[in-house]
Amino acid sequence: MQIYLPIAEIAVNAFLLLGIGGLVGVLSGLFGVGGGFLITPLLFFIGIPPTVAVATGANQVVASSVSGVLAQFKRKAVDVPMGLVLLLGGLSGSALGVWLFNLLARMGQIDLVVQLSYVVFLGSVGLLMLQESLRAMRRARRATKPVKRHQHTWVHNLPLKVKFRASGLYISVIPPILVGMVVGILAAIMGVGGGFIMVPAMIYLLGMPTKVVIGTSLFQIIFVAAFTTFMHAITNQSVDVMLALMLIIGSVIGAQIGSQFGARLKAEQLRILLALLVLAVAGKLALDLLIPPGDLYSLSTGAAA
Amino acid sequence: MRQLFAAALLLCLTGVATRAEEVVAGLSQDNIDITASFEGSEILIYGAVKRYSPEPGGPPLEVIVTLEGPSAPVTIRRKSREAGIWVNTASVGVAAAPTFYSVATTGPLNDILAPDEDVTQRISIPLAMRAFSGPLTVSDARPFTEALLRIREADGLYSVETGGVHLVEDTLFRADFDLPSNLAEGDYKTRIFLLRGGHVIDQHRAAIYVRKVGLERWLFGLSRDLPAAYGLMSLALAVFAGWAAAAIFRIIRN
Repeated sequence: MQIYLPIAEIAVNAFLLLGIGGLVGVLSGLFGVGGGFLITPLLFFIGIPPTVAVATGANQVVASSVSGVLAQFKRKAVDVPMGLVLLLGGLSGSALGVWLFNLLARMGQIDLVVQLSYVVFLGSVGLLMLQESLRAMRRARRATKPVKRHQHTWVHNLPLKVKFRASGLYISVIPPILVGMVVGILAAIMGVGGGFIMVPAMIYLLGMPTKVVIGTSLFQIIFVAAFTTFMHAITNQSVDVMLALMLIIGSVIGAQIGSQFGARLKAEQLRILLALLVLAVAGKLALDLLIPPGDLYSLSTGAAA
Repeated sequence: MRQLFAAALLLCLTGVATRAEEVVAGLSQDNIDITASFEGSEILIYGAVKRYSPEPGGPPLEVIVTLEGPSAPVTIRRKSREAGIWVNTASVGVAAAPTFYSVATTGPLNDILAPDEDVTQRISIPLAMRAFSGPLTVSDARPFTEALLRIREADGLYSVETGGVHLVEDTLFRADFDLPSNLAEGDYKTRIFLLRGGHVIDQHRAAIYVRKVGLERWLFGLSRDLPAAYGLMSLALAVFAGWAAAAIFRIIRN
């Protein structure tokens, strides 16, 4: 069954879209990530124009984050003040990112920048995760003493300190604002929520306890992704609500299936699987940049800058 | 004055004389609606040759039918290897290239159409494209326009259907066009040419209107006219879907 997408202006198989949404939903249920980093490249692959894929990906992230954060609020695993500080950086980063996106799209370099961002960020996060979970597995086997988390670093010497009760932290607001900003820029350019950058940054850079990390990250991603969607909608009219609806339906069902599976697997195994998946996506995109393309020429509608 | 009148009369007469054969044509449909389930469409263009005198001898009658979509500017970019990776480095803009263009003929275009007629009528695909936009930043634009034709031909947007027009008894003809699902909205022009010896002896034009209808039209219009409202609607939908999914699965589990 073909469905015509009014903004992308192409007809795509509806079951293919539901399937992509579903696959990403299963993964997000399994690993607790938004899955934006998979949806956007998959949409490129089926021929959705990059601008539409990025903007619509952001809209899908809103839906999956709302779904996820409700459960986290029930468990009281959201640090709202920290979320708001991250958001402050996130919104300014997102505005900057959308501006950058439009500039690069006019220059014809948006594909390159999106691909390079995926390769660099997914590649490094994937490697870090793999290394970390392998080390954790080894540690679990040897059962040595746990590592100390509250280390005193340069981060703790910055001004504007605030108490974050739910996280049990007393730190400057500058690092969370910067972290939020970087993630906001990535959200706008890559069409992702940025959870895969946000979560490690919260744990390793800000020293937040793991139990509030996912909830707080989801909480602020809702707003950053919503703002990104809105900015893309008003600046380049590239949010396809039909496409978003198909992806959302697929992903909410997939997420529930994924979380059932996830309960049966061990956390360390899950993290290794996620790391391998992230590395596979990064590797595929890196190959596309390195292998000579099948056609050196490409078309885009609209005049050149 | 008298001489001028005579000359004008003579011109009129020769004009009538060359139009001894006229084309009468029809379309299977003159409106195409793009709906949510749009999977492409077929258009049948048919017609007959009307004659006021017996069929003249000499070169045989040939028919060319073109179907042209609305034009839009296109940018063609070329990649080259920079620091080990493939990057878009050069570009050429075409001010107006048809989003769809198909030519159906009774025989090979080169044999039935004289080059000068092609230039004036812009029938073959390269001539259907307009002038280049903006100052050229490359020394030779030809590989770029060739790439445009190649890519659009591969996508099924540009085509030449040699033998696509069926001519019966030099009088009745029909041409079938398949329109792809990635059809741009707008007015599609059809042109029918009757030719003898490479020259156009009569032509006929008609238009087909391709429009999004229903929800598709409303959504597209809203996204262009009221982008803020459209953005908020997309977000409301996402928030509602996220909340509803969580609520429904909570009920199912309990």
